[in-house]
Amino acid sequence: MKGRALVPGRATGRVLFAREPLSFWGGYAADTGELIDRRHPLAGRNAVGTVLVIPSTRGSSTTTAVLLEAIRHGTAPAAIVTRGPDRFLALASIAADELYGRPIPILALESADFERLAGAGEVRIDVDGTVSPAS
Amino acid sequence: MAIRLSSRDEADLGGANGPGVRFAMSILARMADVSGAATLLDIEGAHIDSSLYQGPATLEFAERLAMGGARVRVPTTLNVSGVDVAGWREWAVPDAWAEAARRQMEAYERMGCAPTWTCAPYQTETRPRFGAHVAWGESSAIVFANSVLGARTERYPDLLDICCAIIGRAPATGLHLDEHRVGELLVDLSALPVRLTRDSSLYPVLGHWIGGVAGDSVPVLTGLDARPTEDDLKALGAAMATSGSVALFHWVGVTPEAPDLATALGGRDPAIRVRATLDTLRAARDDLGGGLSSDDRLDLVVLGSPHFSLTEFAVLADRVRGRRKHPDVRLLITTGHAVKLLAREAGHLSAVEAFGAEITVDTCILTSPMLPPEVGRLMTNSAKYAYYAPGLLERAVAFGSLDDCVESAVAGRVVRDDTAWTP
Repeated sequence: MKGRALVPGRATGRVLFAREPLSFWGGYAADTGELIDRRHPLAGRNAVGTVLVIPSTRGSSTTTAVLLEAIRHGTAPAAIVTRGPDRFLALASIAADELYGRPIPILALESADFERLAGAGEVRIDVDGTVSPAS
Repeated sequence: MAIRLSSRDEADLGGANGPGVRFAMSILARMADVSGAATLLDIEGAHIDSSLYQGPATLEFAERLAMGGARVRVPTTLNVSGVDVAGWREWAVPDAWAEAARRQMEAYERMGCAPTWTCAPYQTETRPRFGAHVAWGESSAIVFANSVLGARTERYPDLLDICCAIIGRAPATGLHLDEHRVGELLVDLSALPVRLTRDSSLYPVLGHWIGGVAGDSVPVLTGLDARPTEDDLKALGAAMATSGSVALFHWVGVTPEAPDLATALGGRDPAIRVRATLDTLRAARDDLGGGLSSDDRLDLVVLGSPHFSLTEFAVLADRVRGRRKHPDVRLLITTGHAVKLLAREAGHLSAVEAFGAEITVDTCILTSPMLPPEVGRLMTNSAKYAYYAPGLLERAVAFGSLDDCVESAVAGRVVRDDTAWTP
């Protein structure tokens, strides 16, 4: 499948999938990469190095700053995939690129493709927005 | 899609106006592309959430702009900071954290932003006029600006709000455009008992529930004979922007772009209809305060997210005059320094302080690591505090109305009047 690469790049990682939107502020611990929103189905999971697949962000406008901190700290997901474009995540990665030359891929999928990642294992993301099984 | 830039945009991007401006314009142009905007539009003002210290990256971002000579081109206010500069030593803020947060505050002041330090700038500062394009950060302020003031702002993430203020422009997209401002989700309130409108916690509870069903759509409320105050609308919107991503709501007969239902819906049928019932709202109320039960002992009662207003101080002063809080519970009010000054001048503060309240200005418990470890059990009337405190602060939370919070502060334990909520 192929999505729109809001911030293009290459990454490989295990899929961490949820159908619930996530606020990174109050939902993602930038110092550890743990998901800490207790109302979220991924609460308690660690997202470092994974391909995080969520429909969108929600809530606080500080989500962007939290992801930027995580990228700087090395505790961000390897890539983030959303259902439709998410500006908050794209901005964090663009800012990480402008500041440190270290963006992470941010990819927007159509709804049907998004659903196909439920239960997926390890995937590879390419610069053109292609998502494929890693093995 | 290639974005159409003006000659000044091109000059900004080429570095003609300094490295700070080039940095801001590069980010803005890339984000306009992500948003699918064809062009940028001029803005009249900005409110900056990026000033909030989150760690070294947000500080490096701010100093990159400030040291690069960037200055805002439009009147710009600042959201809450990471520290109450005068009062942080009374709480548990680490020295190094306070120092970094202060450096970040100074960077934004150097860029020409007004040091308002509040998440509710509309309570004391000049408000954007109806229809004005602005670039606001802070989810609770965004929803207020769009819904209650009728100004036009997208949901600006941290880092982008300041880039827009520096350039004086924003991507022409989303809620800046007429077609995205019409209601999509009809919220029918006609099944709610009218007695609920006498309980101030109706508004945060309703907002908490609507945010969950609305996601990022534009809800249209109708069917309840209520006269919400600006404080009520502040609480309602902040809650919707917390459990959901609501940046604009209409309330027929209440908010300025909703004189009637047809106008609010843009003459179309709503895509989705939902009906609020006492049961759904009781569940939303329980969800907000799930961490503690009635009669549980409390360490802290906290009010003021979004920042406490002058009228809220007046109401609180009226409730607590001549009374005294329980010695084992602290009562904290978070507000901006401008409102605190006004509350003192109006005579509200003396009664509130005599009751035993402490006031922290220009920050809040979510944005400053100020709560000491022994404070583990909180009660609040704010949906935003109630929503975020368990995850961000790892504290147990009870939720109630302002009156419930006052009575609980006196009792030292959770007291809630369930009369209006009982079927």
